[in-house]
Amino acid sequence: MKAVHFCIGPFFGGIIFSFGLGVGGMTEAKNIIGFLNFLGDWKPDLIFVMVGALLVNSILYKLIIKRGKPLFEGQFSLPTIKNLDLRLIIGSLMFGLGWGITGLCPGPGIVTLISGSSHSIVFVATMAVGMLIGRSDFGQKLFLKK
Amino acid sequence: MTQFLYPILGGVLIGLSAAGMLWSNGKVLGVSGIVGGALRAKSWDLFWRIAFILGMIVGALLIQPSGFSVMSESVDRSLVGVAVGGLLVGFGTTISNGCTSGHGICGISRLSPRSIVATSCFIATGILAVTFINIFFGGKL
Repeated sequence: MKAVHFCIGPFFGGIIFSFGLGVGGMTEAKNIIGFLNFLGDWKPDLIFVMVGALLVNSILYKLIIKRGKPLFEGQFSLPTIKNLDLRLIIGSLMFGLGWGITGLCPGPGIVTLISGSSHSIVFVATMAVGMLIGRSDFGQKLFLKK
Repeated sequence: MTQFLYPILGGVLIGLSAAGMLWSNGKVLGVSGIVGGALRAKSWDLFWRIAFILGMIVGALLIQPSGFSVMSESVDRSLVGVAVGGLLVGFGTTISNGCTSGHGICGISRLSPRSIVATSCFIATGILAVTFINIFFGGKL
């Protein structure tokens, strides 16, 4: 029964998350490229998605953390790294380039797989390869300061 | 007004799902971390990751029947371009520990300095990439 407790939150979380992406128009690469076309014919949709998500999540975050622990696990697993290192900066700069090139980030990439579009399939396959390289010994040592 | 209503509503659902994951399992809803972790995870840690990805697929199947679109229009990007972009997204989010959901939504909600820096960086290079493609390649890659 432990497995059910572990999985029920993430399963429903996944449903609401991907449905929210669709409602917000984030399952169209053209809307994401349109948002990043800030200096051209700008489509602001993504900023409204961010504002809606941040308003709800920042308020609920505070209330949930006050409870001391989550429902089904012993403790919260929040990120512990604090330093602004080269890996964070170079990695997020690289991610942005890929985001602008493809119009997709990991969430919309996976959700749009169901459209069967070759764009999404190639994106998710190469993203998985990129993740494996990032998690390899090579990727884990890159830009690490001694 | 109605043109912003759906993006805000979509955002609210995303915010609720992230809060739900924290409330039930104490986890950060970060798609790059959940998926990347699933590629190398062992035993117990794999279950909730797979459950989340399955949930995403079930949610994805509900989008079109509810009247919203999924990749209804293609964008002017070749598959070679998409492959290069996909590698950059996978590698970049892995070494920087997060993507639009993990850093952009969950991290900024916690006012994490790392996430604020990461989000500024990826929005900046995202704008740079699109602007560069528009100016030098006529919007096609």
